[in-house]
Amino acid sequence: MIFKLSEEQELLKKTVRDFAESEIAPKAAEMDEKEEYDMTLWSKMAEMGLTGIPYPDDYDGAGMDNLSYAIAVEELSRVCGSSGVFVSAHTSLCAWPIYAFGTEDQKQKFLKPLSNGDKLGAMGLTEPAAGSDASSLKTTAVKEGNEYVLNGTKIFITNGYHAEIYVIFACTDRSKGTRGISAFIVEKGTPGFTFGKKEHKLGIRASSTYELVFENCRIPAENLLGDEGQGFKMVMMTLDGGRIGIAAQALGIAQGAYEQAVNYSKIREQFGKPISANQGLQWMLADMATQIEAARLLVYKAAYLKDNKQPFSKEAAMAKLFASETAMAVTTKAVQVFGGYGYTREYPVERMMRDAKITEIYEGTSEVQRIVIAANILK
Amino acid sequence: MKIVVCMKQTFDTEAKIAVDANGKINKQGVSLIMNPYDEFAVEEALKIKEKSSGEVTVVTVAGPEGQDALRQALAMGADKAVLVDPGMDEIDEFTTASILAKAISEMEYDVLLGGFRAIDDGSAQVAGRVAEILGIPVVNVVTKLEIADGKAVATSEIEGGSQTVEVALPAMFTAQKGLNEPRYPSMKGIMQAKKKPMEKKALGDLGLDAGQVAPKVKAISYFLPSARAAGKIIPGEPADAARDLVKALREEAKVV
Repeated sequence: MIFKLSEEQELLKKTVRDFAESEIAPKAAEMDEKEEYDMTLWSKMAEMGLTGIPYPDDYDGAGMDNLSYAIAVEELSRVCGSSGVFVSAHTSLCAWPIYAFGTEDQKQKFLKPLSNGDKLGAMGLTEPAAGSDASSLKTTAVKEGNEYVLNGTKIFITNGYHAEIYVIFACTDRSKGTRGISAFIVEKGTPGFTFGKKEHKLGIRASSTYELVFENCRIPAENLLGDEGQGFKMVMMTLDGGRIGIAAQALGIAQGAYEQAVNYSKIREQFGKPISANQGLQWMLADMATQIEAARLLVYKAAYLKDNKQPFSKEAAMAKLFASETAMAVTTKAVQVFGGYGYTREYPVERMMRDAKITEIYEGTSEVQRIVIAANILK
Repeated sequence: MKIVVCMKQTFDTEAKIAVDANGKINKQGVSLIMNPYDEFAVEEALKIKEKSSGEVTVVTVAGPEGQDALRQALAMGADKAVLVDPGMDEIDEFTTASILAKAISEMEYDVLLGGFRAIDDGSAQVAGRVAEILGIPVVNVVTKLEIADGKAVATSEIEGGSQTVEVALPAMFTAQKGLNEPRYPSMKGIMQAKKKPMEKKALGDLGLDAGQVAPKVKAISYFLPSARAAGKIIPGEPADAARDLVKALREEAKVV
């Protein structure tokens, strides 16, 4: 086993870290406070090619591997969790199903502008009555001539409103259960497609989360992704990959909070010495560092398996489970290291702790990850 | 337009400098970056190339670790990289400039660029020496550069202001902060970098031997600045304290 990044991965890591520290970090607190993402950052990310890292050059992607993509999400999240999910939802949840299941025409028309960053992407699966239980989708798509007519409501949609391309899951045949679910590409601005309420959240507040409303929304039949009835399989495969992205986001948040805690512990003096001189605090930092290192190996391994076309569903679930629980534990301890200051918005650990919580919930809660893992080990 | 950039890899600006047991600067575990002033030079080279077409070659004198900084320049958009390993631990500006000049003399060039100084030793000598050896003009601390019709118009900082000069090509220009805003390497650029040529040369490949370029300056010792002493608080009533302060300034600090 070789625990070493390639030269390209090293350069990518350094480049994204430089970018994140210089361009994103100074804006992270303000974006959180305003609950609004600064879209000029998106343009800069597009210019650098952070918007289509794992897709081929033919579709305007960077042609890099999934490990590189995970490292990029980690580095963005190290300074701003919202930026991490911004790229992750776009890349893993919207661009990926089009890349994996789209026709050549669909890839030319939709994957290219997603990869080169002309357009932001989002995915719409969750509904009020259907989260992880994708078989209970209420949104319907009925074929009428050369069109599908969509009706229903999606909630908690990351990148909603800002995104211009949406992969939407809807029921085309209720009688077939999960085999009656299909995926569609819907463009912002299509008549009958509007935005409902914006969610106000605990964390990742700069990332937009919207309700999507479809009322007799007519989309061309050629926007069906794959075949009718393939939707459920696509959801499962898309989420497998998406979990690597969220695991990387959690890892980055943990790393950022840990570094803040280490630095602060060396300069904060109490009783005439830096607080890092206390063994109780040292042990906290040691545990944080150990958990992060273990999380990183899980995340990178899941990405490695995906890159090498090996099964990675179980490993992605393990990485997501462990990295998100690590993020929550590490950010909570980081706030503790900062004491009263850590609880204020004067220091970024407060934001990081709020950002960490969602990683245990979205793209499958920790409990769902355990179900996935158990199903894999007991089969 | 053939453009050559002289580049140096330096310690990261946030690196902690320490002197080891042998009295040398400890390089262990220090992260290395492209000298920030050289980043301006690389960016300017790429801008000139994008305007007029051409080729950008980046040259460095360094051990194998210097490849990382070269790779960054290639990922930013440079076309070729050349690393000359001097095979010596300690070199001076004479050594570096002699090697660079020899390497560049074997290339075609219209414009030479470099940072006006490196952030480590800060001697600001190498680019000027290279120009001198090659017998071409040099314009230092450039904040604006226009290339057209075989000549360059460069604005550079001078004491208390700036001046604009016109100079025939080929010429050397050294970059100052403000010349441009260096781009980040793009992801595609990073992928393309590995396909671009990176030549690794030893002194012998340039027809040089170690004696010819042996450093003329040798550092005798390195030491860190002494820790700043704690400030002194003069207690007492304002009038008494002021008197004591003036006395201390006169007799201890000897500044008034």
